[in-house]
Amino acid sequence: MPVTLYDRLWDAHVVAAEADSGALLYIDRMLLHEVSSPQAFAGLRERGLRPRRAAAHLAVADHAVPTRARHPIADPQARAQVALLEANCAAAGIEYLALDDARQGIVHVIGPELGFTLPGITLVCGDSHTATHGAFGALAFGIGTSEIESVLATQVLRQQRARTLRVRIDGVLGQGVSAKDVILTLIGRIGAGGAAGFAIEYAGSTVSGMSMEARMTLCNMTIEAGARIGLIAPDDTTFAYLKGRPRAPVDAVWEAAVAYWRTLASDPVAVFDREIALDAAAIAPQVSWGTSPDQVVAVDGVVPAGAGKGALAYMGLSAGAPLAGLAIDRVFIGSCTNGRIEDLRAAAAVAQGRRVADGVTAIVVPGSGLVKRTAEAEGLRDIFIAAGFEWREPGCSLCVAMNDDRLDPGQRCASTSNRNFEGRQGIGARTHLMSPAMAAAAAVTGVITDVRAL
Amino acid sequence: MTPFTTLSSRAVPLPEANIDTDIILPARFLLHTEKHGLGRFAFFERRQGGGFILDDPRLTGAQILVAGENFGCGSSREQAPWALADLGIRCIVAPSFGEIFRANCIRNAMLPVTLGRADWLRVLEAAQRFEVMAVYLATGRLDLANTSIGFSLPPREREALLDGRDEIDLILAHHAAAIAAFETRQRHDQPWLWETHHG
Ligand code: SF4
Repeated sequence: MPVTLYDRLWDAHVVAAEADSGALLYIDRMLLHEVSSPQAFAGLRERGLRPRRAAAHLAVADHAVPTRARHPIADPQARAQVALLEANCAAAGIEYLALDDARQGIVHVIGPELGFTLPGITLVCGDSHTATHGAFGALAFGIGTSEIESVLATQVLRQQRARTLRVRIDGVLGQGVSAKDVILTLIGRIGAGGAAGFAIEYAGSTVSGMSMEARMTLCNMTIEAGARIGLIAPDDTTFAYLKGRPRAPVDAVWEAAVAYWRTLASDPVAVFDREIALDAAAIAPQVSWGTSPDQVVAVDGVVPAGAGKGALAYMGLSAGAPLAGLAIDRVFIGSCTNGRIEDLRAAAAVAQGRRVADGVTAIVVPGSGLVKRTAEAEGLRDIFIAAGFEWREPGCSLCVAMNDDRLDPGQRCASTSNRNFEGRQGIGARTHLMSPAMAAAAAVTGVITDVRAL
Repeated sequence: MTPFTTLSSRAVPLPEANIDTDIILPARFLLHTEKHGLGRFAFFERRQGGGFILDDPRLTGAQILVAGENFGCGSSREQAPWALADLGIRCIVAPSFGEIFRANCIRNAMLPVTLGRADWLRVLEAAQRFEVMAVYLATGRLDLANTSIGFSLPPREREALLDGRDEIDLILAHHAAAIAAFETRQRHDQPWLWETHHG
């Protein structure tokens, strides 16, 4: 029987099948960070257990860490949380990348960079954006802390098989239009819970033509459509990205791995439970206007009639108001959605030779130490600094506002992150999600601007 | 885990759609590394200024929450169900749930009940009338004053809640050999997942 990529990955990891399409799935890799792991380590200790397979995990602090002046971390709670991760990992024999390690960064940025993320694996993390790693053809999904404890103790998780949804994207994206606009378009179309219960596979010529960075952006926001898993079949682009990465296999083992990875695709006649098609050429730069990621329109659009009163009051907007021209106070370029080197290149291309508008504070937070060093070597830092952007150390920063980067109540932010939830960037903060190029365009004009017209 | 049997209480009506886990437990409180005592931070922003439904004196001690569509979407933070549990909530009734949140509920002896629109509306209206309702997991019934509504749960989740059994103990007791066999097979077939090439 023809099978989809999702089913193929699932079947390859079943340790014990159960009734009602449930199974115990073997977990190959887990990423750990400071916020979702402390209670899992504590639980393990209470049981008198040690991790079954310490070498299968990798830990790094990203959520609570400051993006400047981080040695030592000033906030005592954040400092204690990061120290606890380090101590837990040391006691458990799990590799931990310290804050001053050149490889430190956001879990979903460093996993791929280090070749920790590989095609065909199951990968989990106590973080909903774990879907990012699906860009490599890995079965990757976010889990809770109790499930982290299960993986540490047993290396398996009890899961329910999802239904399958293929999103076909064909055609060429217009100039100034990126993967972020594609995923926001999809979320806007199907809704924040639109793909609940499904595993999404992204396919089509637009996806095949995308870089790994763009594919990661696409898969990253799968959770904003309600699905835990977003997949792309691995191909030569994937292998070229991985070759030579620190944890990628080498020599004959690499060849064997690639041979296996090439089998990881949906059969041409596989039947999906649901199909959606998007025309890439018809996609315009997107901007969110509300407090849920599906509340999004093209930059030349208006706040829709019938928009929820609560969201409008929170955002300080009214139905019918145009998005373009709306004044912003802050700009955030970064996060696991758009904190990779290509994202910084796209933003720098807009920032080059321009100045951040008066009254606007704009920060660039690279997704990892490697992204940061690459950007510095390419001269991107100099472009940003010359344009009046602040250049920071890697971390989640203003995506989740757990460190000292946060907005004041009522401030409006052009943000490349993934969630425009109430309070996400600070109490009363107003977030407009958009691509890196669009965020840079907002920074240099002081208002939401169609980057295509700049 | 405490076994879930039945409960009977008033229910907190909170029908707004897409209540995400950032609203349930704002991120800045995630710096706490404990599981317990998070109830005081639940819906923190919404509770400022008073008048939030959760603080209505008629709902003191309510163990049921009637929530809107896609409840618990967003971040995977298990602190969200921990905070609700800390407030005494044992059962959430909604048209749909964020998937990770829902899985986290099951792991914390909290019953997520998914209902079709019409049934959900009846429960919501009963909650808004401050009616006492009863939830019977064993039989899959939710009883309102003058009607009884059926609900279902995948059998293994139902059993897990009813037994209050510990997932990890259970896996270690029954599947240790299967896990080891899987590892042996994978080590042979995909050696790159087992050898370390990095320094
Ligand atoms: S950048 Fe944002 S979404 Fe990504 S892991 Fe960090 S907090 Fe989560």
